[in-house]
Amino acid sequence: MIPELGQFSLILALLVALVLGVLPMIGAQRGRERWIALARPAAYVQCGLVALSFALLAHAFLVQDFSVAYVAEHSNSVLPVRYRFSAVWGAHEGSLLLWALILSVWTALVARFSRSLPDTFVARVLSVLGLVSVGFLSLTLVTSNPFLRHLPGLADGNDLNPLLQDFGMIVHPPMLYMGFVGFAVAFAFAVAALIEGRVDTRWVRWSRPWTLVAWSFLTLGIALGSWWAYYELGWGGWWFWDPVENASFMPWLIGTALIHSQAVTEKRGQLLRWTLLLAIIAFSLSLLGTFLVRSGVLTSVHAFASDPTRGAFILAFLGCVTGGALALYTWRAPRFSVDTGFEPVSRESLLLLNNVFLVAACAMVLLGTLYPLVAEAMGWGKVSVGPPYFGLLFPILTAPLFLLVPFGPLARWRQDQAMRIAAPFKIAFIAALVVAAAAFALARGLPLRAVLGIVLGVWVIAGTLTYVRRFRADPQRRARGLSRESIGMLIAHAGLGVFVIGVMLVESTSIEKDLRMARGESVEVRGLRFTFENIEPLDGPNYRADHGVFVVRSGERIVATLHPQKRAYRNRQVMTEAAIDPGFTRDLYVALGEPLDGGKAWAVRIYHKPFIRWIWLGALFMMAGGLFAAADKRLRERRAQALTDAGADALGAAA
Amino acid sequence: MRRLNFAMPLLLFAGLAVLLYSGLGKDTRTVPSPLVGKMAPAFDLPDLLDPTQRVSGQSLRGRVYLLNVWGSWCVACVQEHPILMRLAASGRLPIIGLNWKDEPEAAVALLRRNGDPYSAIAADREGRTAIDFGVYGAPESFLVDAQGRILYKHIGPLDWASVERQLFTRIEGSTP
Repeated sequence: MIPELGQFSLILALLVALVLGVLPMIGAQRGRERWIALARPAAYVQCGLVALSFALLAHAFLVQDFSVAYVAEHSNSVLPVRYRFSAVWGAHEGSLLLWALILSVWTALVARFSRSLPDTFVARVLSVLGLVSVGFLSLTLVTSNPFLRHLPGLADGNDLNPLLQDFGMIVHPPMLYMGFVGFAVAFAFAVAALIEGRVDTRWVRWSRPWTLVAWSFLTLGIALGSWWAYYELGWGGWWFWDPVENASFMPWLIGTALIHSQAVTEKRGQLLRWTLLLAIIAFSLSLLGTFLVRSGVLTSVHAFASDPTRGAFILAFLGCVTGGALALYTWRAPRFSVDTGFEPVSRESLLLLNNVFLVAACAMVLLGTLYPLVAEAMGWGKVSVGPPYFGLLFPILTAPLFLLVPFGPLARWRQDQAMRIAAPFKIAFIAALVVAAAAFALARGLPLRAVLGIVLGVWVIAGTLTYVRRFRADPQRRARGLSRESIGMLIAHAGLGVFVIGVMLVESTSIEKDLRMARGESVEVRGLRFTFENIEPLDGPNYRADHGVFVVRSGERIVATLHPQKRAYRNRQVMTEAAIDPGFTRDLYVALGEPLDGGKAWAVRIYHKPFIRWIWLGALFMMAGGLFAAADKRLRERRAQALTDAGADALGAAA
Repeated sequence: MRRLNFAMPLLLFAGLAVLLYSGLGKDTRTVPSPLVGKMAPAFDLPDLLDPTQRVSGQSLRGRVYLLNVWGSWCVACVQEHPILMRLAASGRLPIIGLNWKDEPEAAVALLRRNGDPYSAIAADREGRTAIDFGVYGAPESFLVDAQGRILYKHIGPLDWASVERQLFTRIEGSTP
C-alpha cells in the first residue's frame, strides 16, 4: 500500500506542476492577480508531494519491500543500512526521482526568497521551473516508475552495484544534481526575462547567488566523483574523459563563464544578451548530460541501463526546453538594447575573453564527446575519442586562461591601460619563476610539464595575492574591508592555482608499477620500500574478501601499513578496494590485481602519486569561493532598499 | 541578417538534436554474436541433479533445444522463470539448463521452490562452457537445431512475445 501512496503522491505532484507551469504564466501575461498568486503556494505543494514520494521510496528500501521491483533489483537483505538509503538513487529510476526532488526544493526556495522581485516576474520564473518539473515528473512516471510492483514479491533482492556501495556514492549524485538543477533557476530567470522583454539590474543581482551556489555544488559534485573514481575504481586515475564525466564538466565550464558574465551584467549592464544565452546553455547542457547517461546513445562506464524509449522521451523534453528557450531568444533577444561601452583593454574585455576561452573549451569537449555519434551517423564506423584528444587540446585552450586570471580583478571597468594593469604583477611573475626554478633544482629531472604547472599555479596564486596587496595599500578601500564577493573570488582563483599544480604534477611525475609479488617480497618506489607481508580471507556483510597487508618503510621507519582488498560480492561482482595512504605532497596507492600461480603470488599495482590531493583541494577552494561570494551582503535581498531604487537602474528596456 | 545571428544558437541546437535522434536505439554495446549460424561449442558437463550423469552437446544431437544460461544468484533469471515453465508446459521445445557459476545446493533449492522447467541441467561451476558460448551475463538463451547449429541467441530474460516471435517461428521449419 505504501508504494502506491508514493506513486499517487507523484501523480499529484505532476498535476500541481502542470498548474504551476500554466496558470501563473498566463496570469502574468494577462495581468490576472489571482493566477499570479497561485505560483508560490503551488511551488510549496509540489515540493511537499515530491518529498513525500521520495520518502516513501526510501521507506520501501529501509524496510526491504522486495515486492517493489526497483527495490528488489538494487538492494538485498544483507545490504548495510546506510547503503539501503543511498540505493534509493543508485540506479536510473530513483536518481530521476532525486532530480525531481531537488528541482522541487529549489523551486520552493525560489518561491520563498524572491520577495524583492515584482510578483509577475516571480510568477514567470516559477512557472518555467514548474514546466521543467512537468518534464521530469512525467519522465519518471511514464518511462521509469520506481514504484512498480513485482508480484508476487521476491524473497530477496539482487544487490546494489558494489561500485556504488561507498560513501562517495552516497554524496556524489545529490551534489551533482544540486548543481545541474541549480542552473535551472538561472535558466528560468533568463526565460522569464526574455518573455518579459526587459531586465532590471536588481533581477540580475537576485539571480547571481543562485547561480553561484549551483556552481559551487556542481564543483563539489564533480570533485567527489573524481575522488571516488580514484579510490574506488582501482586504476588510480582521477579523470578519464569519459562521456559521462564530460557531461557534468560541460555545464561546469559554461556555468563558470556564466558566473563571470553575470557579474559584468549586474555591475555594468553589459553582456546582457550573452548572459541570458549562457544561462540557457548551462541548463541545456545539464539536460544533455542526463540524456547521454540514460539513453544508451554513448557507451560509458557510468551509463545507466539504456533504453531508447527513455532516450526518445528525454530528447523530446530537451527539444522543448532548449529549443523553446532558444526560439524565444531568437525572437526576443534583438529587443534588448546593447551598449558596448567598454574599450578593448578593460575588465569587461578580460571577462569576455575568459568567457570565450571557457566556451571554446566546452565546445571542444562537446565535439570530442559526440564525435563517435557523428562518425556512426556518417557511416565512418565505430570510433572512440579518448584522453589523447582531450589531453592535448584542453590544456592548449585553457592555458591562456590561467595566464590572464590574475589580471581581471585589478583591471578597471570600461577603460584601462595594459601597462597599468601589468605593473603590480612583477613580484608574482618573479615568484612563479623562482619557485619553479627551485623545484627544478630540488627534484632533478623534473619534467617540463611539471615545471609549467608550477609556474602557472604559483603565478595564479601569487597574482591573486597581488590583489590583496594592492587592496591593503589603498587606505580608503582598506577601511571599507574586502567584500565577501571579493574574498570568494580570491579563494576560488587561488584554488585554480592549487588545482593546476596538482594536475600537472600528478600527470607528469606519477610512478605506476604493475608487479607480480609473492608474500614477503619487497619493491622500492621513490626511496620507499613496499613489502607484501600477508594476505588472508575476510568476511564482510555482503562480500568475501582477500585482505592484503602491505608495509611501507623508509629506511627502518614504518611510513604506512596498507590493506588493499579484493572483494567478491554476493551478486558475483568482483571489486578491487585500493588501499591509499594519503598525504599533502604524495599518495601511496596499493591495489590487488588477480591471484597468480594458484594464489602463490598476486598481481599488484603500486602507485606513487605526488600532489594528487591538490586537485581536490583546489576544487574545494573553488567551491568555498563560490559559496562565499553567494553570501555577499550586496547580493542578498533587501526589500526596503529594493523599493527605493526601483526603476532607477532598469537596463535593456524593451523597445 | 541580424536575425540570423540570433538564430544561430537555435540552428546549432537543431543540428545537435537531429544527431542525437539518429543515435537513439542504436546498439552501442553488444556486437551480434558471431556464433549465430555456427556450430554450438562442444561441452560435456555433469548433470546438476545427478552428478553421476553427464550432459553433453553430442548427446543432444538430433533434437532442437533451447540452452538457457541461469543461476540461482541471478534475479533476472528468477523473473524469467515463469516463462520457462510455460514454455516447458507447451511441450514445443525442450529446455536444457546451463547452471552457471552456482552452488548446486542453492540451484536445486530454487528449482524445488519454483519448479523445474529443464529437461536436463548441465552444471558449469567454473564457467568454462559459458565462456565458450560467449556468455556476457545471465540469463542468456541459445536456440540450437538438430544438427547442433546455433539458430538464435537471446540476451536477457525471455518474455512470451519473444518466445513466440523468435523461437517458435524459427523451429517451425526444422523437425523437433
